[in-house]
Amino acid sequence: MALGDATLAVKADVAFSDVVKEESGEDIRSCYYCQKCTAGCPTAYMMDYKPAQLLRMIQLGQREKVLASRAIWMCVGCEACGTRCPNEIRLAPVMDVLRQMALEEEHKPDTAVYSLHRAFLDSIRMWGRMHEVTMLAEFKSRCLLTEYPVFFQGLIGDIKMASDLVLNGKLSFVPDRIKRMDEIKALYREAAEVSSREEETEVSR
Amino acid sequence: MSTRTRYTYYPGCTSETTAIEFGRSTEIVCEALGLELNELDDWNCCGASSAHSLDHELALSLPGRNVAIAQEAGLDIVIPCPACYQHCRDADIKMREDEAWREKMERLLKFRYEGEARPRHLLEVMSRDLDEDVLGEKITKPLEGLKVVSYYGCVLVRPPELTGWDDPEHPMTMDRLMAVLGAEIVDWSYKVDCCGASMTLSRGEIVKVLSTKIVEGAIDAGADCIVSACGMCEINLDTRQAAERDVPIFYFTELMALAMGLPQVDKWLGKHSVDPRPLLRERGLL
Repeated sequence: MALGDATLAVKADVAFSDVVKEESGEDIRSCYYCQKCTAGCPTAYMMDYKPAQLLRMIQLGQREKVLASRAIWMCVGCEACGTRCPNEIRLAPVMDVLRQMALEEEHKPDTAVYSLHRAFLDSIRMWGRMHEVTMLAEFKSRCLLTEYPVFFQGLIGDIKMASDLVLNGKLSFVPDRIKRMDEIKALYREAAEVSSREEETEVSR
Repeated sequence: MSTRTRYTYYPGCTSETTAIEFGRSTEIVCEALGLELNELDDWNCCGASSAHSLDHELALSLPGRNVAIAQEAGLDIVIPCPACYQHCRDADIKMREDEAWREKMERLLKFRYEGEARPRHLLEVMSRDLDEDVLGEKITKPLEGLKVVSYYGCVLVRPPELTGWDDPEHPMTMDRLMAVLGAEIVDWSYKVDCCGASMTLSRGEIVKVLSTKIVEGAIDAGADCIVSACGMCEINLDTRQAAERDVPIFYFTELMALAMGLPQVDKWLGKHSVDPRPLLRERGLL
């Protein structure tokens, strides 16, 4: 595959690959573009830039394009790329870092993927465990409120799946709350503090 | 049999819901094999794909709390879900290697990290701690004539430096276990392909594409069914497959229970979306 659009330079942020390396621990500069990651990626067909292209864009300091890409939200974290990379670059943690940077810099995420992760983390904050029914309700409400067509995305398949689960008695309607919720609250508070501290350091840089 | 037969057990959020077949079969199979599982007190969700996608800190601290609670008993933590396993393992390594992080977690959660309680995946425990002869003796109804493909999926085997399986591209651990059960193991090309994992709710259409490809691969190889070691893989393949025919998906522990002739199998076999009972009756296994 040609690099194509991926190399069309807008203003380059030369420090970008260093920042990604610092946050993820992965040395993106060692990528020599063999494209094994792209070839083995199960969701590459949904990505605007393929995994190898993203790596090259990071090398070239194309910060805005990378963070605004759809690709970073389409990665399922299956680790096939990292396992096969001749330079041992694990892309999954890189994608995590890119998603978190994209959110901090207010790039629009994929509504469905983002809403699900948010609802999932809220479920743990609320009960200490993931509770499917309330988590699903929050996920669907978030989709409806942020970008309503997303609410209908895959709805028929979801209804089939959910009805199978209900009919087979696999969904519990009453959440199971853990006892020491104060500890979960403390972990969330600490995480929020860490991320606001990180933002401050980023601004002062 | 090895001496390490007592474990701390981390069931994970889906063991009573979407993966109830996995939870139930794990518990009765371990009991029958003399592996004592003590459920971790007040355990919490490991954060799954969502924590590491959005919040690096929570991705380590949420599973870290489970590792923290397990310190007192100091027993290995047996985990059936590969994602829970991987996250708990990440959290354990972080506490082991990063002193500042460990001290912070100890302060937040008021515990002392000893490092004895190691997170382990259930399949790895079954294959390493259990003597094949011990299991062999328990098998009263060998799965003769049942053609199975073993499906490992992604985070059970990857990244290899974290999970430590025999081979990240062509693992055989589950295949060997199936052979001990008397099943006919079928080779195929999709052992370690990804089913779409956490996208099942947010991007169901992607999961349908990936799961169908895997199920078609099993049909082409001539398998009757697919064996899985993951609650996410099982539900994705079971509910999202759209191939030329429906293929039953089992947890490896369900097939163990069946081959061991444990009477409780009826309690969950009917809970799959693709009912496996007609196949089992046809093969004279039920």
